[in-house]
Amino acid sequence: MSRYIATRAIRGATALVYEAEQLLNKALKELGPDTPVQFTNTAYYLPVILGLTGIEVAKLGDMPKVLERAKALLHPIPKDQVWLPYLGETLDSGIATLFAAELIEGIRFAYGEQPEKITWGGKIAKGGSFTSPEFEGEGGNGGTLNGPIDDIQLRAWGIQLVDGRMPGFAAIVGCAKSNEVAVEIVRQLQQRNILVFLSGNVNGRSIIHQLMEEGVELGYDTYTVPFGTDTLSAIYALGFATRSALTFGGMKGGMARDILLYNKYRVFAFVLALGEVDDLKYAAAAGAINYGFPVIADTVIPQILPTGITSYEHVISMPFDEIPGENDLERAKRLVQRCIEVRGVKIKVTEVPIPVPYGSAFEGERVRREDMRIEFGGKKTRCFEYLRMANFDEVEDGKVTVVGPGIETVPEGGAMDMGIVVEVAGRKMQEDFEPVLERQIHYFINGASGIQHIGQRDIAWIRISKAAAEKGFNLEHFGKILVARFHADFGAIVDKIQVTIYTDPKKIEEWLAKAREAYNYRNQRLADMTDESVEEFYSCTLCQSFAPNHVCVVSPERLGLCGAYNWLDCKASYQINPTGPNQPILKGKCLDPVKGYFDKVNEFVQSASHGSVQEVSMYSIMENPMTACGCFEAIMMVIPEANGFMVVSREDPSMTPAGMTFSTLAGVAGGGLQTPGVMGVGKYFLVSRKFIAADGGLKRIVWMSSLLKETMAEELKAAAAREGDPDLLDKIADERVATTVDELLPYLEEKGHPALTMPPLF
Amino acid sequence: MTEFKTIDPAAVEMLKIAAEENISTAFSRAEEVKPCPIGETGACCKICFMGPCRLVGKTTRGVCGADVHTVAARNFARMVAGGASAHSDHGRDLAMTLLHVAKGEGQGYRIRDVAKLHAVARYMGIPTDGRTKEEIALDVATEALANFGRQTGQVTYVTRATKKRQEIWKKLGIVPRGVDREVVETLHRTHEGVDLDPENILRHALRTSLADGWGGSMLATDIGDILFGTPAPISTEINLGVLKEDQVNIIVHGHEPTLSEMIVAAAQDPELIAYAKSKGAKGINLAGICCTGNEILMRHGISPAGNFLHQELAIITGAVEAMIVDVQCIMQALASLAENYHTKLITTSPKAKIPGATHIEFDESRALDSAKEIVRTAIDNYPNRGKTRIPPIKNRLVAGFSHEYLNYMQGGIYRGSFRPLNDAIVQGRIRGAAGVVGCNNARVPQDEGIYNLVKEFVANDVLVVVTGCAATGSAKYGLLSPEIWAATGKGLREVCEAVGVPPVLHLGSCVDNSRILTVLTQMATEGGLGEDIDDLPAVGICPEYMCEKAIAIGTYFVASGAYVLFGVHSPVSASDVVTRLMTEGWESQVGGKLEFEPDWRKILEKSLAHIDKKREKLGLVPWDPNRFGKSGDAVMMEYLKTVAASK
Repeated sequence: MSRYIATRAIRGATALVYEAEQLLNKALKELGPDTPVQFTNTAYYLPVILGLTGIEVAKLGDMPKVLERAKALLHPIPKDQVWLPYLGETLDSGIATLFAAELIEGIRFAYGEQPEKITWGGKIAKGGSFTSPEFEGEGGNGGTLNGPIDDIQLRAWGIQLVDGRMPGFAAIVGCAKSNEVAVEIVRQLQQRNILVFLSGNVNGRSIIHQLMEEGVELGYDTYTVPFGTDTLSAIYALGFATRSALTFGGMKGGMARDILLYNKYRVFAFVLALGEVDDLKYAAAAGAINYGFPVIADTVIPQILPTGITSYEHVISMPFDEIPGENDLERAKRLVQRCIEVRGVKIKVTEVPIPVPYGSAFEGERVRREDMRIEFGGKKTRCFEYLRMANFDEVEDGKVTVVGPGIETVPEGGAMDMGIVVEVAGRKMQEDFEPVLERQIHYFINGASGIQHIGQRDIAWIRISKAAAEKGFNLEHFGKILVARFHADFGAIVDKIQVTIYTDPKKIEEWLAKAREAYNYRNQRLADMTDESVEEFYSCTLCQSFAPNHVCVVSPERLGLCGAYNWLDCKASYQINPTGPNQPILKGKCLDPVKGYFDKVNEFVQSASHGSVQEVSMYSIMENPMTACGCFEAIMMVIPEANGFMVVSREDPSMTPAGMTFSTLAGVAGGGLQTPGVMGVGKYFLVSRKFIAADGGLKRIVWMSSLLKETMAEELKAAAAREGDPDLLDKIADERVATTVDELLPYLEEKGHPALTMPPLF
Repeated sequence: MTEFKTIDPAAVEMLKIAAEENISTAFSRAEEVKPCPIGETGACCKICFMGPCRLVGKTTRGVCGADVHTVAARNFARMVAGGASAHSDHGRDLAMTLLHVAKGEGQGYRIRDVAKLHAVARYMGIPTDGRTKEEIALDVATEALANFGRQTGQVTYVTRATKKRQEIWKKLGIVPRGVDREVVETLHRTHEGVDLDPENILRHALRTSLADGWGGSMLATDIGDILFGTPAPISTEINLGVLKEDQVNIIVHGHEPTLSEMIVAAAQDPELIAYAKSKGAKGINLAGICCTGNEILMRHGISPAGNFLHQELAIITGAVEAMIVDVQCIMQALASLAENYHTKLITTSPKAKIPGATHIEFDESRALDSAKEIVRTAIDNYPNRGKTRIPPIKNRLVAGFSHEYLNYMQGGIYRGSFRPLNDAIVQGRIRGAAGVVGCNNARVPQDEGIYNLVKEFVANDVLVVVTGCAATGSAKYGLLSPEIWAATGKGLREVCEAVGVPPVLHLGSCVDNSRILTVLTQMATEGGLGEDIDDLPAVGICPEYMCEKAIAIGTYFVASGAYVLFGVHSPVSASDVVTRLMTEGWESQVGGKLEFEPDWRKILEKSLAHIDKKREKLGLVPWDPNRFGKSGDAVMMEYLKTVAASK
């Protein structure tokens, strides 16, 4: 701190705690102590308060004791002369500010005043990963800002946070010098795949207003989340940070120091204060510094450069107009660069030579029909992508060819056929890696701003927006993206790459046939690949950066619980980075083929889990099940009364017969703990031959989210047939028929579910 | 150079008066009484009655055949035992007080810091769950007392040292068993005709000193905190100018907080304040000298009137109604000096009486009543006051840095640690750390070494911790006020400004040097600066040492791995063998060494060289005075001025 900052922060903290007390007294009087307090879809109550104090605030009546804690953390303002030390005192006051801010937001929720209503002409896109480009979120005039991030989204981002694709978050508070600067700052952050949380204002004007005026798409999908236009809503950023520790770090409420240190060492976040910094902002910043998050301001404020609470400098001042640069855009760019240095975020930015901004933050961006210049695939036209290995002399590195007419031949809003053929050569390239690399095309192409990619293989569906086309984006740029990204991300196995874009109808026919032949071959190859047919499994300890004792063991028939890494992915990843998180595990001696115990697997897990897990069974949930980090696609839990298991996917917010929602269950399943009867899984594990084979397999599933049933209907049907019960899917209950055991059992009886007659689980 | 051996203008004023009035002080007696030139070098043996033997000139052996090396080593070991006894007896008394409090005895005392009680219980392996504080305190006091009479095993707090350090002690056979056992064994070994090997004698001196540092002293600090509260920063004023013309001035002097805490309470008693007013005074003004002063400064912000050499000068002001003394560092001269003034010299400890002083024995079972009686005596003396000459000289300071607060101040309740300090050292904002501790010594100019060293350290980005009379000696010149940032090196200043502290941290009285052991251990275990105290870029300095306690402290720091430099002169200079054993010998055994260097400039030079050497050994960037300094309020203040001007 500095004495100036300490003075202002402590003053701000004291004022806010007082304000919280006034509001709380009023709310207790008006609404009563039993009025529930609940943030959007979270199992973590008021998360900062839960994390740092262990107090579960579920109703207004739970708040006074938190307020007392906040008051106890306040301190006097340092004197003008012979002042006493103030760093510890200011940091404590910062925590008091966070408690007060979260209490106030909680009270506002109780009044229905949060999330903040949009009373101006803006809108945000809501919802998680979308499934159709026609999907339109709520929002618009009369809608609301995002408010706190829900648990589902937190978990959905989990794997990206841990594997470094999403290096951290920026909590932007205030208002940029101009709309142009606001957009540039956000674009710069998006290009680096940094989550952007927006809140606060300066004299009533917020960066949220600025971005909305410029038509910047806000929402989960673009990594740019508007919390609220006041400073208080910045508390949601710290709620997110706290929940990261609770969700992925296996920490419990009340482990304050551990949670804060977890964030310092593992969550790369920073606060960017735009515009004048007032007492409350100083106070909130002091709270954020407790998390190890530095503060960068674009105005003159005292700098605090020694380190310790944060890993690098604590407070940086970069008065915007004094930043060297030709114009404001350049200054904005430099400001963001400095933020990233200060937090020590290591970001590898791949230069992709295309005329639109590029970064993972644009992956979720959608192109609506009215904004669309052209589409490939979908209902009217065909689009496919095919990646194949080729000999060195067949590939001219970096060559991009377009065979056929360009997009200018199609009227605005129209469609055309397209095939993308990628040929790669590399000394370490293997045929098995073809599908692994091909699947990346989706992510790589989606990274371009104004381009949308859905699907894969011959059901790909790509749109180019009018804005992107106006900037000069055309067919060859698909190739340029792929060349740049494959070299950058897979340089260890890809030495040369060339891309051919086909729009010529005859060529498309020819290559589509070749592609389909390859798809079939791969399907067969994958089907033939069993746990018994390989010598080694692969570990995945990618998530140890978040869940330090968790180890995934990935086998051909059991993919990672995040759904993102199958056995082939791990194998390829090992080729790319031989000392990385995916290591081959020789199976060694099979100790129990039914439950799936292997001596070398046990040995590996013991060591990689730092002794916290002694044995792991690959095919049982009831005995030494595999642990989970927190990124699981779905959670299974035993329903003893039904002699079976339920499985709920993370997109499903409904209550389950286990008496818990996904979010609450996740707290039981995550954090690298082995809990018999509870397991986090990847969705596609459900259809594996080895799926809880020791416990009876798919036939043990008595309840499943309808979402899972529908999105995986075909695969599940096939698996059910294989298991000898083709109608199984209809016998499995979902949230539409049962959310309690009492509702579940009669349904199972009525349908004659096989689990009821299987051997008892206990 | 002043005509008096002091750099303190307040002292100069008093000494001028003393000279005019022909009053003897330690300053004048130091001119008159020359030190015994043989004893001064450690070459005098008076252990048996065939002697004393003076091993000088052609005499290379005493009557028994002991050579100068054995003699110097024995003398030194006995100094360590003397010093360890003083600290440890102090610790024992506090443990006794805690025992009484736990049993519901001891009027006016209570367990003030329950958190510290729990922390100490944890160190001692005493259960706390579901137990009352009295139950826990009873066990803590019993365990503490067991440390004194323990015959085998080890002093409880040995486990608070780093693992590596404990191994070193074990390997060398110097893990202290019980305080009394080590002291008695020293006296036995150094009796006529027992241990005659200087190396063996000095090794046991290390062991004895450890029983002090990690035993008696550390217990004294901890139990003091339990009973009277763990210090937290507090600001006040210092030097003779804190005496008040219109109030009853009471000075507490000595070392133990047990009495002074009660005097503090009594001096705030409304009845006694009214009584003082009835005598024509405006109130009761309490001030401290020596470590009793430090104890009540750290916990209550009571102003110190000065350090060791100020005890006589305070009386010469004519404004002191009573000087209340307990134990240690009390000059016998006070009694005859007080006869020249109205000042009542009141002795309170059954262990420490002075002919000519008033003895009011402090009875712990009726502690508050005893204290009130003493304060009342002082008030009664107010009407007898004659002419006063309080020098209008004082300065401001911030004190109260316990180890616990140091931890807190670097991160608050949730993030407290030593990470920021270690980071700052690693990056070179802070070059290293120095502990400047110890006494005044009338043989050298008062505070000269202390002041100059601290000032230079701070200017060279070395963070300083101070205790005892060296703390007072720094504070008198403003070095303990955050305003000294202006004269602080750029990097250190940045860190100080981030935390809000002066670059010189007052850790307490001389038993509180144990706090420095705890701090150094935490720095070594926090990470980034090696794994033990001898890896740290740090030095310990006692520029004006005067008593055996200082020797004991210096020795336990060496045994804990520190490089320690003493000023004044070497008490073992007669023996090159002993000198070498304490430097090269100890360095190879325990990583620390003890050197005597009269010139503070050379101490500074050696200290900085040592710090830089340790930095290099740790692989840290070399210190660069100009690399840092862009933090802080200055730019903001300038900006605000510009904004205000443009409006």
